[in-house]
Amino acid sequence: MKQIAIVAYQQTDSVSDAGAVNEVELIMPVLARTFKQAGLKSAQDVGFTCSGSCDYLQGAAFAFVAGVDALGAVPPIKESHVEMDAAWALYESMLKIRMGHADSALIYGFGKSSPGELPIVLSQQLDPYYLAPLWVDSISLAAMQARIMLDRGLITERDMAEVVSRSRRNAMNNPHAQLSGDISPEDVLAEETYLSPLRKADCCPVSDGASAMIIATVEQAKAWGLPYVIISGIDHCIETHNLGMRDLTDSVSTRIAANRAGMNAGKVDVAELYAPFSHQEIILTRALGLDEGTSVNPSGGVLAGNLMMASGLSRIGEVFNRIVKGEARRGIAHATSGPCLQHNLVTVLEQGENA
Amino acid sequence: MSQPEILNQAFELGYTYTRSTGPVVGRFLTELKKRNIVGIKASDGRVVVPPMEYDPDTAAELSEFVQVGQQGEIVSFAWVKEPRAAHPMQVPFAWAMIKLDGADVPMIHCVAAAAESDIATGARVRAVWADETIGFITDIRCFELV
Amino acid sequence: MSQEKNMSDDQDVITGIKAPVYLKYNFTAGAAPARFLAQIKKGVLTGQRCPKCSAVYVPPRGSCASCGVATEEEVVLSDKATVQSFTIVSIPIPGNPIQPPYIIANVVPDGANISFIHLLSECVNEEIHIGQRVQAVWKPEAEWDYAMDNIRYFKPLDEADVPVDRIGKLPVTGLEG
Repeated sequence: MKQIAIVAYQQTDSVSDAGAVNEVELIMPVLARTFKQAGLKSAQDVGFTCSGSCDYLQGAAFAFVAGVDALGAVPPIKESHVEMDAAWALYESMLKIRMGHADSALIYGFGKSSPGELPIVLSQQLDPYYLAPLWVDSISLAAMQARIMLDRGLITERDMAEVVSRSRRNAMNNPHAQLSGDISPEDVLAEETYLSPLRKADCCPVSDGASAMIIATVEQAKAWGLPYVIISGIDHCIETHNLGMRDLTDSVSTRIAANRAGMNAGKVDVAELYAPFSHQEIILTRALGLDEGTSVNPSGGVLAGNLMMASGLSRIGEVFNRIVKGEARRGIAHATSGPCLQHNLVTVLEQGENA
Repeated sequence: MSQPEILNQAFELGYTYTRSTGPVVGRFLTELKKRNIVGIKASDGRVVVPPMEYDPDTAAELSEFVQVGQQGEIVSFAWVKEPRAAHPMQVPFAWAMIKLDGADVPMIHCVAAAAESDIATGARVRAVWADETIGFITDIRCFELV
Repeated sequence: MSQEKNMSDDQDVITGIKAPVYLKYNFTAGAAPARFLAQIKKGVLTGQRCPKCSAVYVPPRGSCASCGVATEEEVVLSDKATVQSFTIVSIPIPGNPIQPPYIIANVVPDGANISFIHLLSECVNEEIHIGQRVQAVWKPEAEWDYAMDNIRYFKPLDEADVPVDRIGKLPVTGLEG
């Protein structure tokens, strides 16, 4: 089986409102930087292109089609799209390469969440008979999940505040972060509750932005002469939509995906976890059995900026960056979708020979 | 090249869908219209409210309806200080996971309460019916503390 | 949401629900569209030229779809145009206030290489043909807004037809320019 590697990754700043920027204008600069990093000119130079986005975010039907204008798709290219986070576009691209239909792929994700009321937009991904008509927002569902953890003594509010504090402090070294600062757990605890038991700081911000990645077979990466990081495993797993039937204090699907992706075959130096709420980082860390030997969310994670449909790909890109810089040899990246960590994808990344 | 003006336009997007209920959801909504709440037995005997068509663990088709109570217990809740325009209540309220008497799996609905301090995990609540029931989840207007 | 009666196959059994979803958004025009709209508010059609292939796009979206690069150079276009394609609409379209029959056409303004869709009027529908020269009929200046319908429609011009292989390739000065 051909080994597949990441050779380039770029993202925009995470901003609360991208203002007068349409889809193409949001994507094009980050694609240009990604092509430059890989020494390529356009999507003509890769075998496959796949993007992740969701038209409901900005309320523009088929907005992802406009994104194709950023690619240079004349003559026509092999292209696909997932109405999901671009981490799943990476998954599709890997299948395409594994099937022998391409030797390389461009993956990008973008989200402009600022035009709508994101927590309400996300209510419409719920059961259409019993929940969507009630307009149960995504923050309220996470708040109920957090309360179960607090009630059962599985976490304390201080544990949650420590996650926020570490995110803000780590994000001070992340030039793309939207929220960063030298914030202590005490500072967080001093905040009043927002959607009890959550404080505003426990919740990821609403963000606009995009990220992009190029992957290739190891042979192709070597031919290009680029530093590369091997994707040694990837898998994803989903749980029932019925929140009452899930164990919301655990993430069984993340654990299964991680095991299948081969996480436990070696030491995990770094983990980037897609936890839109502070308590969810604790759920994920425990579900994966990570200990002090693993640096968790050194980028600040999505509490520092949540690019819907791109932040899952960004988690993978952040681990790629750490390994390329030599700060880690092996890491995992996690992406999520749906309420209360319903659907989870885990990628295992390992240093290539010349990274 | 001049800097562009920022041009904004508010708009409302409407998806005016109708949905077929199928026999299981249809039965639940038919019972709601009659101000009655039913669940369904999962493969392992747990009573699920509102009823699901298939068991999430075994994928077995479910069909054994079970009458459940109109009162129950709060399993978890979120206190909404500032309701959103789309929310079913426009004064502070709670979303809650409520395990109805006779059910094993909690359902999500809203709970009316005067203040956050009035509500707690384990508190007893009862269904409040809409003035007119039509066979829709909002036939239960909300739950209230007993 | 739904206060209306739901569907049922008899008085008692619910078989369907009305579950409309209404979501509110605040649309923001992109940088290139915003510049285009600011110009059309002044009664001027502008396109943007690709720095690689020189194609002029109108209305511009900010990129050259062929090359995948940003278009920044702005080009003032004529409001005279050529019909690239058209259709005569003979059936009423739900939500469209225009009474059929009427003509929807792809028109390319002089100076641009890409067509946009607009209405044709003040014409005999059956006589419209590809290559036909047309010109914009504008609303009164007092009504101009950030909107494409500042142009009410295009009407035929008494000019020679443009050969098919030159449609979309005319300079801003037109066929004779």
